[in-house]
Amino acid sequence: MRGPVHPWAIRLLHWTSVVLLVVMAGSGLQILVAFPSFGPQGEPSRWYPWHGSPPPKLLTIGQWLAGARHWHFAFAWLFVANGVAYLAFLFATGEHRERLFRPRRDAVGALQMLAFYLRLRREPPPIALYNPLQRFAYTGAIVLGAVSVASGLVLYKPVQLPLLRALFLGYDGARAVHFFALGALALFTVAHVLMVLRYPRTIRAMTIGQARDD
Amino acid sequence: MTERPTRRALLRGTIAVAASAGLGTALLRSDGMRPKAGFLGAMERWNERFQRALFDPDRMSPELPERELTRDGAFPAYRISAEIPRAPAGWVLDVGGMVARPRAFSLEELMRMTRADTRVRHHCVEGWTAVAGWHGVRLRDLAEIVGADPRAGYVEFRSFDEGYWSSWDRESALHPQTILAYGRNGRLLDPAYGAPLRLYSAVKLGYKMVKYLVSVRFLGAKTGGYWEDQGYEWFAGV
Repeated sequence: MRGPVHPWAIRLLHWTSVVLLVVMAGSGLQILVAFPSFGPQGEPSRWYPWHGSPPPKLLTIGQWLAGARHWHFAFAWLFVANGVAYLAFLFATGEHRERLFRPRRDAVGALQMLAFYLRLRREPPPIALYNPLQRFAYTGAIVLGAVSVASGLVLYKPVQLPLLRALFLGYDGARAVHFFALGALALFTVAHVLMVLRYPRTIRAMTIGQARDD
Repeated sequence: MTERPTRRALLRGTIAVAASAGLGTALLRSDGMRPKAGFLGAMERWNERFQRALFDPDRMSPELPERELTRDGAFPAYRISAEIPRAPAGWVLDVGGMVARPRAFSLEELMRMTRADTRVRHHCVEGWTAVAGWHGVRLRDLAEIVGADPRAGYVEFRSFDEGYWSSWDRESALHPQTILAYGRNGRLLDPAYGAPLRLYSAVKLGYKMVKYLVSVRFLGAKTGGYWEDQGYEWFAGV
């Protein structure tokens, strides 16, 4: 028996992470409404073009600052637990070998795959469960999740976590990284959904499950 | 042996249903307008324990060089009264509650005590930061003068910005970088920033730092505060 393309735990944790990511992004954007700017007071960051304009209400969760902060700090625990469970499952079952990006093994293949998508190359590189570019994207999303958590901890406890604060060049640095990580995760999500729509049979594999046919 | 796959499938199904039901319940029992109730309330109580465990009374916020000072006028000053509150004639600070020697302090008396200066990053709940230098007396020095009862685990601060108040855990209140400030950036406090006396601290969010102080009371039980009673978290450490 070859088992399913995606083991049950991966399917479950994939979809719980979708829900949790939506909650964290929505409550985070409602928190941003209170100060839609970056950089310390009196020194607005040059890279941010929308100082003073809050994000659209439609994208927010929690209704007001205190409500959104409670959502954010409550669901953050579930977000972390979900990520830890996912990684623990990958490593306990050996699934990480097929799923996670390894630069030495996958870097060239990822570039070849990108060239294939851009029609600069006629043949894709050899593809197993995932192609190397998929590994790069999915592993990148996990790294972005970890960066969000680490920079978020600095925003939560800037004085109590001095080493982490220094890593992000202070509170305002951590706040910028936290926002960039959200932006990058949003881009990942858009690309991911577009690719799923192009290969719709992956939906079945990630929901009710599908046996491996190779 | 033939049973095993079925039992395993049952276990997986149970875990999947439990996880989905748990997450669904958490979502349904979360209401931003009632953040002290349901799942959000339970998690706030958990987060308060987490924050208290993380709080190290000996950990200092870095004292910053003068070049980090926020430029004049860019440091926001919030209040709840429509007009900037002015100190009543004969203003004194009442210090009482669970203390051996309750008494009132005039501004002159406070200014004769050992002066403490702190120039640290200020963290507002809204997400901005700013830096000013603050001058005053350590609350821990004041606690010693009045003989605060070791069993008083909480400290409550009241204001003549009518209706504003807050309460703190004792450990944060007695942190060396928690002061009752009468000066800012080398001058006496401006009325906008809480004159004649305001609470300032490196270890709490701004809304915990009560301006326009009238009283400090050491208490045996936790109370609330102006923003805390509306739904903002009570501990609010940084």
